[in-house]
Amino acid sequence: MLEKALVGTKRYYTLLGVLLALIGIGFATYLWQLKFGLGITGMSRDVSWGFYIAQLTYLVGVAASAVMVVLPYYLHNYKAFGRITVLGEFLAVAAVTMCLLFVIVDLGRPDRLFNIIKYPTPNSVLFWDMIVLNTYLFLNIVVGWMVLESERNDVAPPKWVKPLIYLSIPWAPSIHTVTAFLYAGLPGRGYWLTAIMAPRFLSSAFAAGPALLILLALLVRKYSKFDPGREQIQTLAKIVSYAILVNVFFFFCEVFTVFYSQIPEHMQHFKYLFAGLHGFGKLVPWMWFSMVGMITAAILMVFPKIRQNETTLALVCGLIVITTWIDKGLGLMTGGFVPNPLDRITEYWPTTPELLISIGVFAIGGLILTVLYKVAVSVKEEIKA
Amino acid sequence: MGINRRDFIKLAGLSALLGLGGKSAFELVLPGEVEAAEKAKPAAEGITRWAMVVDMRKMNDQIAAKCIEACHSIHNVPNYIDPPDPKLALPDPLKQRWQIKWIWTDLYEHAFPGMEQDVLWEKLHAMNFLLLCNHCNNPPCVRVCPTKATYQRPDGIVMMDMHRCIGCRFCMAGCPYGVRSFNWRDPRPYIAKINEDYPTREIGVVEKCLFCNERLAQGLQPACVEASGGALTFGNLADAKSKVREVLKEHFTIRRKPHLGTNPQVYYIV
Ligand code: SF4
Ligand code: SF4
Ligand code: SF4
Repeated sequence: MLEKALVGTKRYYTLLGVLLALIGIGFATYLWQLKFGLGITGMSRDVSWGFYIAQLTYLVGVAASAVMVVLPYYLHNYKAFGRITVLGEFLAVAAVTMCLLFVIVDLGRPDRLFNIIKYPTPNSVLFWDMIVLNTYLFLNIVVGWMVLESERNDVAPPKWVKPLIYLSIPWAPSIHTVTAFLYAGLPGRGYWLTAIMAPRFLSSAFAAGPALLILLALLVRKYSKFDPGREQIQTLAKIVSYAILVNVFFFFCEVFTVFYSQIPEHMQHFKYLFAGLHGFGKLVPWMWFSMVGMITAAILMVFPKIRQNETTLALVCGLIVITTWIDKGLGLMTGGFVPNPLDRITEYWPTTPELLISIGVFAIGGLILTVLYKVAVSVKEEIKA
Repeated sequence: MGINRRDFIKLAGLSALLGLGGKSAFELVLPGEVEAAEKAKPAAEGITRWAMVVDMRKMNDQIAAKCIEACHSIHNVPNYIDPPDPKLALPDPLKQRWQIKWIWTDLYEHAFPGMEQDVLWEKLHAMNFLLLCNHCNNPPCVRVCPTKATYQRPDGIVMMDMHRCIGCRFCMAGCPYGVRSFNWRDPRPYIAKINEDYPTREIGVVEKCLFCNERLAQGLQPACVEASGGALTFGNLADAKSKVREVLKEHFTIRRKPHLGTNPQVYYIV
């Protein structure tokens, strides 16, 4: 099937070219980082994780959200999603690959990466994160590919694929739960020390992931002869609506506990993010935009008219992707590290090289996604023809 | 005050109660002390458990500077704030961002956040507390490390294997005291005079105070203790006749963020 990726329109080649160029720039910058050290990033003694780990967190969510198309199809026998499960699974493949790459570019000593396997340490959540992410990647590649191939040959998928599909369903929330546990179990980091972190991660993921999938489905429809389907998009929109409402609710739960209890270790991080602390407040406008935008999107999604019009739906989905990204991709890391455990403030902002490397990783994800979607869409076009 | 001796007794007693094989020489379990279960590991007879007491009555900025100098010079800790060669001077955000410190000082409200009060004992305002790794008895940094590059020795020292560290910095997020530093770049040009007897670090690994494990192995006291002129006391908590134990029994001491359950082994007399 892979041969389908090799023939395409001029637009397809241009897209691949642009992505390859971005990958090249990112890779060159990464070589510089390898040589000089992580000092070329904006991270510091106080804010020791930054943009890279934040992107990992966001993308784990995107990957996990594939379950939102797989589960209704396989567990509830919701036939309509049969058309698009592969889009969800391939999105997950691209997202998990980016996650793993973001872990690697964040390591001070990537040459020793395999120490995680050589000296397995089950008490470390990072150890489990590596296991669940790699397994999830494997599950989605195999399931997506096998199901697509049998669809093409008009046969039922081999029997051994079924158990893998069922396994991938609980596996999806597990990857995001384990990722939340990276942070939620650390004493002395008041912003992260909350039992609702994993649920919040999941709700924002199940809003952002399907929202992204809606946007991708609309693109696929626009640029190919394969239509993912109106009903499918509308069902996804309902999933997004519930998830974003739950996410806003969880956020209020968090805010209530933190501010009603008035415990400084927990309050100070929220104060830094939303009001500024001791004169520092780089993220304040971002955080307000994120929260107000998210609440607005949640309210808008409730109205059937807005959801059913695909233009407004696309706009609101875009807003959801952006606002949840700010929350997780910018606020989560910096908010957890500022102020530091000595109640002092070092602010953080990614540097240009850091962003170039990140864009490079995103471009690798984009390349994988483009190629896999090209294959999937070509197969679907072929079946229709 | 013998906080540690109490933990010690509680635990030994508790483990005996639960039949966990602790030495049953300690029978005493006081009511309401079961919560100690999550604290110290039982220290049996003949075991070493290193601890340090900082006597702030004898400490001042000069002595603190001497301790810091002693530690950082023998352990090849680079100086980004005030580089050995003026040509290497760094602009402002960089030198703070890259900073590496094993031992340093900070004010009461930063050393003990959450313990401020509206009116504070006046002497505290000017006091600069000496801060270093607490060699926690229940160390979160060890718990989170995915490679055991950070691990706890039986004598309580929270050690680092800088040849195994992958530089993931999970331990830095895990430590609630901000005592860990990362090598954001090659530190060697910023070391004033390299001590050949101690390794220098490479790019991309984490480092911190190791309680002078290399000196303890030779029967010496830690470098900062030696330089402190008696303001620091170091010794074996498990030894009933040790100096630290005596000092702790005689004085009221405080520790940094004890409520987090890490059981820090650096004590402060104020
Ligand atoms: S002070 Fe920090 S680095 Fe030292 S043992 Fe405790 S948690 Fe680990
Ligand atoms: S940075 Fe090194 S010591 Fe710290 S958690 Fe990672 S591997 Fe362990
Ligand atoms: S005990 Fe040794 S390593 Fe630790 S601060 Fe003192 S001199 Fe430095």
